[in-house]
Amino acid sequence: MGRKERFESWLNGERDPYLGKVEMKPQKERLLPRTLLKKYKKDHEEAVAQVYDMTNNRQIKYFEKAYRILGVLGCCLFITIMILTVSYLPPIGVADKPVNNEVPQRYIEDGLQETGAVNIVTGMILDYRAFDTFGESNVLFVATITVLILLRALPGHGGGKGKEEADTAKEEARQEANDRIYEPKNDVILQRVAFFLVPMIIIFGIYVILNGHLSPGGGFSGGAIIGSGLILYLNAFGFSKTERLFTEKTYKGVCFCALTFYCFAKSYSFFTGANHLESGIPLGTPGAILSSGLILPLNICVGLVVACTMYTFYVMFRKGGF
Amino acid sequence: MGANLIANYGETVAMILFGIGFFNLLLQRNLIKKIIGLNIMDTAVYLFLALKGYIAGRSAPIVADGVQEVEAYINPIPSGLVLTGIVVSVSVSALMLSLTIRLYRRYHTLDLDQITVRLKKEGL
Repeated sequence: MGRKERFESWLNGERDPYLGKVEMKPQKERLLPRTLLKKYKKDHEEAVAQVYDMTNNRQIKYFEKAYRILGVLGCCLFITIMILTVSYLPPIGVADKPVNNEVPQRYIEDGLQETGAVNIVTGMILDYRAFDTFGESNVLFVATITVLILLRALPGHGGGKGKEEADTAKEEARQEANDRIYEPKNDVILQRVAFFLVPMIIIFGIYVILNGHLSPGGGFSGGAIIGSGLILYLNAFGFSKTERLFTEKTYKGVCFCALTFYCFAKSYSFFTGANHLESGIPLGTPGAILSSGLILPLNICVGLVVACTMYTFYVMFRKGGF
Repeated sequence: MGANLIANYGETVAMILFGIGFFNLLLQRNLIKKIIGLNIMDTAVYLFLALKGYIAGRSAPIVADGVQEVEAYINPIPSGLVLTGIVVSVSVSALMLSLTIRLYRRYHTLDLDQITVRLKKEGL
């Protein structure tokens, strides 16, 4: 048998590779009389109850006190050491210190020509360090997925007939009631205010995203603004309205498309850049809205991911589902 | 003791904030308060980074009037790093809060000591 077949059979769990090669003896099962087992179990439970009796166990009390005192002392010591270190750092606001080395110099002096972005920070995070930002977007995506897994309300927990279905209905009614207790519903003042504010907030968010390479802001801040606008809309008009526009499917689709586009666009530009090829993406005139090559589409991608993430976090924490 | 303690008052404040956050993280029993402590620590780090990039008398790193000299703008790198940090901190907070909700659903308490005791009693 070749190495490959052996690996495959091992992978498929067909054959124990040590069977017949290593001496094996059948193990004898350790049997204890039932009374002894019962006694052991009882002893164990008594010991646990005694050890974790928080009101009477002296050692726990001493430990608590010692922990608090040591914690305070440790924090004070930490703060003292850090302040001592700070007192040796170069003073704030002085240009002549090791932080201001040739890297920011390059970004400031050549950033506009190389990336086309007027906003140097955007040019830095979406061009020179674009993979870092891609990782961040993925961190947001993974965090949202984990929150979805952790907080998803499972309809019909046990899955069954008759009584359990009634229980499920009751549980859903209870959750709906909870939603009603803690969040406003059909609040006229909120609805009137949201009627005027939500479009403006969302338009402002879009403005911040689209001008990310020209002015302060960008995908992250604009996305957060749009997300908060969506949350206000949800609070004012309830889930029946927002579900027309934003469901779990929308979230998945938008995030997947945005992240994939980001990945491919940036891979392309890094590939061409590393091989000294012309990328063929025009940089445009600095200051125009359609300029600076890939930065604008990447900003839009990041903004979409962040807006969806903010809204999804809120929905998951409020109701456990869309 | 170095000479720049008074000049670096902002960084001193950042360190004290970090210490307060760490203190909360260590000594609070309530899980939500622990998470608040961690967020205070995050904020302290952002303050420290922003102060590291600041240079007196210079403007924000957005090219204005075609001026492209280092002497005109502050250091853009700490700003980008703070942006990264904020995003990661949002994700981490959401993750921790959702885990806390799960713990609360199981044990009906936010007290970490009580949760530990119940875990031990259940033999986990």
